[in-house]
Amino acid sequence: MNALGLWAPAGTADFARLEPGFAEPVHDAQETFRAVLDGMAFPGRIKWMPASRAQPPAPLGAAAAAIALTLCDLDTPLWLDRNLAPVAAYLAFHCGAPLARAPAEARFAFVGDAAALPPLDAFALGTDEYPERSSTLVIEIGGLVTGSGVRLVGPGIREEVRLGVAGLPARFWAERSALGELFPRGLDVLLVSGVQLAALPRSTRVIL
Amino acid sequence: MDEAALAAPGAPADEATQEARRGWYAVLAKASLAELDAVWDALAEKPDYRTLRHSETGLVMVRGRIGGTGAAFNLGEMTMTRAAIQVIDAAGNVTYTGFGYVAGRAKRHAQLVALFDALLQDPVRHGALAASVVVPLAERQAAMKAVRAAAVMASKVDFFTMVRGE
Repeated sequence: MNALGLWAPAGTADFARLEPGFAEPVHDAQETFRAVLDGMAFPGRIKWMPASRAQPPAPLGAAAAAIALTLCDLDTPLWLDRNLAPVAAYLAFHCGAPLARAPAEARFAFVGDAAALPPLDAFALGTDEYPERSSTLVIEIGGLVTGSGVRLVGPGIREEVRLGVAGLPARFWAERSALGELFPRGLDVLLVSGVQLAALPRSTRVIL
Repeated sequence: MDEAALAAPGAPADEATQEARRGWYAVLAKASLAELDAVWDALAEKPDYRTLRHSETGLVMVRGRIGGTGAAFNLGEMTMTRAAIQVIDAAGNVTYTGFGYVAGRAKRHAQLVALFDALLQDPVRHGALAASVVVPLAERQAAMKAVRAAAVMASKVDFFTMVRGE
């Protein structure tokens, strides 16, 4: 902290390089929140984020940026993978969120390179008393498509939906199903691709 | 973060720049919205700018010490509004980033402070702006402070104890 109460981690001295956040902070955050809420309520459905008004710096995707600007603040330590390291200053400035030293300390983990995703059990899985104290993963992937791909069943899904996910390593699905027996502990995952979003809450079962 | 990070981009902040910025910032932050609006309207060459952080209102804890000594305690919270503005040059590049923190809830107020803060960092504009904006505002604030101090002084009571011969 300095005299003006501005917070920024070391290395963000160059404010001229920062991109603006939401153009309309209140409405953009409300629309984003609604999209995430709908996505979590209907796992596997693809939602379009109203992210066109945020101009995140590369390589942060529009949907991932909107989620960060909406949900992250001083109380949510962030973990960024190596791919997203260049946007740490952007997120620190606009969210004010501290950076977590390890995935297990993160409330939100942003993954820019899905191929290099850490093992899922490296993240915080919550406790039986406080299952919500888990990490929420936001993973940038190659593309989303409905109607083909893995079959999803569970709350919020009438019978089953199919979700095609490009660019996610195969071990993700195995690691995720291994977490199933820990319920209500677990991980909520938001898959983002550009301005698209699909949610995989911990209650959703995946049939490969 | 150390205060060097607040300096003009690309240039390492030396003590003098920091001190100068602190000076104009103290004046801008205390100037009223009406005063800043007037000087902004009077500004001949208005710069292009973009909003880095839109005005947002929140609370800050004001801390103080009784009589300037002793341990600091929380005096209370006050409402503040802050904004950040980036000035853009003719080529479309961001040149200077200004910050505005003001008491109260006026969004435009914080924006204007941020704008002037950014413009005053520009060596090309600094001289003219300092003379036409900062100095008159500082003089007005000093005059008001003097008036108030005089009014308070008039009611000053000196207490003393006479030596009692016992």
